[in-house]
Amino acid sequence: MNNGERAANRLPRRVVAALAVGPIAGLAVFYLWPFATLLVRAINSSALTHTLSRGATWDVAWFTLWQAVVSTVATMLVGLAPAYIVARFEFPGRQLLVGVLTAIFVLPTVVMGAAFLALLPDSLDRTVWAVIAAHVVFNLAVIVRTVGAFWEHLPIDMESAAATLGASRWRVFVDISFPLLRPSLSAAGAIIFLFTFTSFGVIRILGSAGTRTLEVEVWRRATQLGDIGGAAVLSVLQLGVLAVVVGWSTRAQRRHARAVELRPDQDRRQAKSKGERRFVASVAIGTAGLCIAPLAAMAIRSFRSSSGWSTAAWTTLGKAEVRPGIRLGLDPVEALANSIQNAAWATSFAVVLGAAASLAIAAAGRGGRLLDVGLMLPIGTSAVTIGFGMLITFDTPPVDWRGEWWLVPVGHALVALPFVVRSTVGVLRSVDPSLQDAAATLGASPTRAWCDVVVPFLWRPLAVGAALAAAISLGEFGATSFLSRSGSETLPIAIDELLGRTGTLLQAQGYALATILAVATVSLVAGASCFHDVAGLVHRRTGGQTVDR
Amino acid sequence: MRTRPIIASALAFGLIAAACASDSSNSADAPTASELPTTESAPPAADPTDSELTTDQPVEPFTTITLVTYDSFPQADTSINAALDAFTEQTSIGVELLVAGDTGTMLSKAALTVGNPEGDVMWGIDNTFLSRALNDGIFEQGVLFDPENVPAEFLALVPNGEALPVDFGDVCVNYDIGYFVENELDLPTSLQDLAAPAYRDLLVVQNPATSSPGLAFLLASIDEFGAEGWQAYWQQLKDNGVQVVDGWTDAYYGSFTWAGGGDRPLVVSYGSSPPAEVIFADPARDDAPTGVIESTCFRQIEFAGVLAGTDQPDEAAALVRFLGSEQFQAELALNLFVYPANSAVALPQEFDDFAVVPETSRTLDPDLIDENRSDWIDEWSTLVLG
Repeated sequence: MNNGERAANRLPRRVVAALAVGPIAGLAVFYLWPFATLLVRAINSSALTHTLSRGATWDVAWFTLWQAVVSTVATMLVGLAPAYIVARFEFPGRQLLVGVLTAIFVLPTVVMGAAFLALLPDSLDRTVWAVIAAHVVFNLAVIVRTVGAFWEHLPIDMESAAATLGASRWRVFVDISFPLLRPSLSAAGAIIFLFTFTSFGVIRILGSAGTRTLEVEVWRRATQLGDIGGAAVLSVLQLGVLAVVVGWSTRAQRRHARAVELRPDQDRRQAKSKGERRFVASVAIGTAGLCIAPLAAMAIRSFRSSSGWSTAAWTTLGKAEVRPGIRLGLDPVEALANSIQNAAWATSFAVVLGAAASLAIAAAGRGGRLLDVGLMLPIGTSAVTIGFGMLITFDTPPVDWRGEWWLVPVGHALVALPFVVRSTVGVLRSVDPSLQDAAATLGASPTRAWCDVVVPFLWRPLAVGAALAAAISLGEFGATSFLSRSGSETLPIAIDELLGRTGTLLQAQGYALATILAVATVSLVAGASCFHDVAGLVHRRTGGQTVDR
Repeated sequence: MRTRPIIASALAFGLIAAACASDSSNSADAPTASELPTTESAPPAADPTDSELTTDQPVEPFTTITLVTYDSFPQADTSINAALDAFTEQTSIGVELLVAGDTGTMLSKAALTVGNPEGDVMWGIDNTFLSRALNDGIFEQGVLFDPENVPAEFLALVPNGEALPVDFGDVCVNYDIGYFVENELDLPTSLQDLAAPAYRDLLVVQNPATSSPGLAFLLASIDEFGAEGWQAYWQQLKDNGVQVVDGWTDAYYGSFTWAGGGDRPLVVSYGSSPPAEVIFADPARDDAPTGVIESTCFRQIEFAGVLAGTDQPDEAAALVRFLGSEQFQAELALNLFVYPANSAVALPQEFDDFAVVPETSRTLDPDLIDENRSDWIDEWSTLVLG
């Protein structure tokens, strides 16, 4: 919206500069610097040849790659049917189905891991199949929303024409719909690939030593084996692969793009024949079941003890005792308090910086676009990389910040900032310039006009951004795994700790915490999505990474 | 529709308000190190108003330091905690315990926080991990403890006095006597036996990357089968269904049939675990329900030291000296089930009766451990877990 930009541009240069300085400094200190440190450590270290010549490195890289490919393909196969019915049919519960899929998509990764750990039988736990199953359900929303939205707008008469000419439904799909859908499929596929290639939380919970992604290996080498150089090499290796995939997918989307007239408002129809009704109903119920079963299993497992049903996990949540006097060293209730505190600070940081950045971006032309892209960078980097980079950068005086309470919230804010900016900039750009003209005509100075006209539009998107930032912070696991200190564990860390233990009560406590985290996240995001398309924000606008997949 | 934004913003601002409130209370609790004198020998003149307010507490700690430990260290309500309280009474230095997982995890965290540690004193780095701790420089340099009554062979491991040997024990495979009687199964007598089909799916061990008994058991197998032969042994163990967990607490209280209600009657634990079972038995009993396979035992020596970068090096050193004192060392046997390093301390009766001290425990040359530890752990992980 050029008009909007011009309107918001009526701000004195120094005000714009003052607004931009905070976000730019934050980005430089907490993202670019750690990132550079990581690169230097990886290239300089003797670990480079050692790591790359180790067979295990390539085993991990190979596993990371193939599980991501299998997860992506499986998600597409499973997701096409629900995408089709959501796009083409009107049926009771359609909105609800999309809502449930979206809710699943925004769940923290540790919750998803916990849910599948609860659902699957012991024989499947900690296998690659559990991981892939979790990845598929997790990312169904990407297919249903991206491909479904595109499908919805494909001209239906082409399909009808083919059907009239005698093509079966399958032939229609293969010959007509699929070729047209390919660009949206490869876009969705690229996103799912990125998520699953950098999978961390799901694998920390569900995987075993044989099912390690590069992301998990970075964490293990750095935090367990003390091999900082090797971890740095691996995270750079992963970034390299990601860059190749992003480049390839951008090109592929361009190559497969076809000219097709999209219809803005096509009516979805009711299922007509009995067979059609049965098809729609079974796909809808099956998809909803896939989504709800793991979460239900998780909640149920929090009420299981070795001797039947029990609320012990919930009533003893405050004390994770192995036997009298011997504790796990973490207090789940305290972890909850820590998480809320972190979330509050992360949200404040993200909202203040995000508001300043958004105003600056909307007001400044080319420089604003540069800042916009810069603030998106943390999304394109994995959270593990961010946390690891911060850990090895801020470890020498005068910037030895490892013990500072604000380091974890700052890490979270960095991951959340792009979402705040994305939800705000769009709104600012669409402010009607005539309002500001009117204010000027009535005698307001440019700054005054801007304050009266533009600022009131800020609150809504900022509230959305705040809710998203809080949700992201509550569930953030990748960066926190590096930055959190003993005694100040967050919810996801506590969940991972508890579920990694063998005692039934401790496990049940882990499930109880995961249930709390799931409810908190879904409530926050649902609140936000009442006035913003959150999932769209997550995967369409950013077109890349989120949180700590 | 109008209420929705209000609810959302209320949520967001409520969160912020909550955080601000709890943060300010936190910072009020935290003592500022710079304001405190740094000699442990001079207890402060108590402020009269303060002591009136806290008459129900025996001593108002003048300053508080943090003791970082592994997760099997009792957190409260035992005589070892009472001994720490006695230290506070004597010196006015309060001691807070911070649990940092099993020894391997604790050391890894310490290595990542060198110079800006999570606490002031660390208890429990053992000889299998010691060289890594020393190489990473986690302990404050130049603090000499110069202990009495500690065997020279222990002190030889810390030639520069960076840490104080505090206890020793043996990591051995323990068995649940009842299980073997019930199932009319002969006891395994050697490491090789554990790979026999008769003991399929019966053994639980710890991950040597995260756990010191896990590493000790790996080293025992390397001692037995050699640097080239242990891999084949572990392949056999793996084929025989060995279970691997992250830490001792998890293995013993989670998977072991006797103590954890799990399904593994063989567990890597300590030579002193059987007396623990007698002392903690409820109802009381006069024989141990578990036993030790002596030929599997590996000698473990634990150390305590001042963490590099502490704000209170003098108080921390005072605590480490106390940890080596007879008063504290006397509590080790019945709380941590290890032998006090201070040879002047007498052992309790139950301990003498039921603990197993093998005639010759396995050991490996510390330099050999130092040189190969990370490669061995890596190789083991690929082989057994991968």
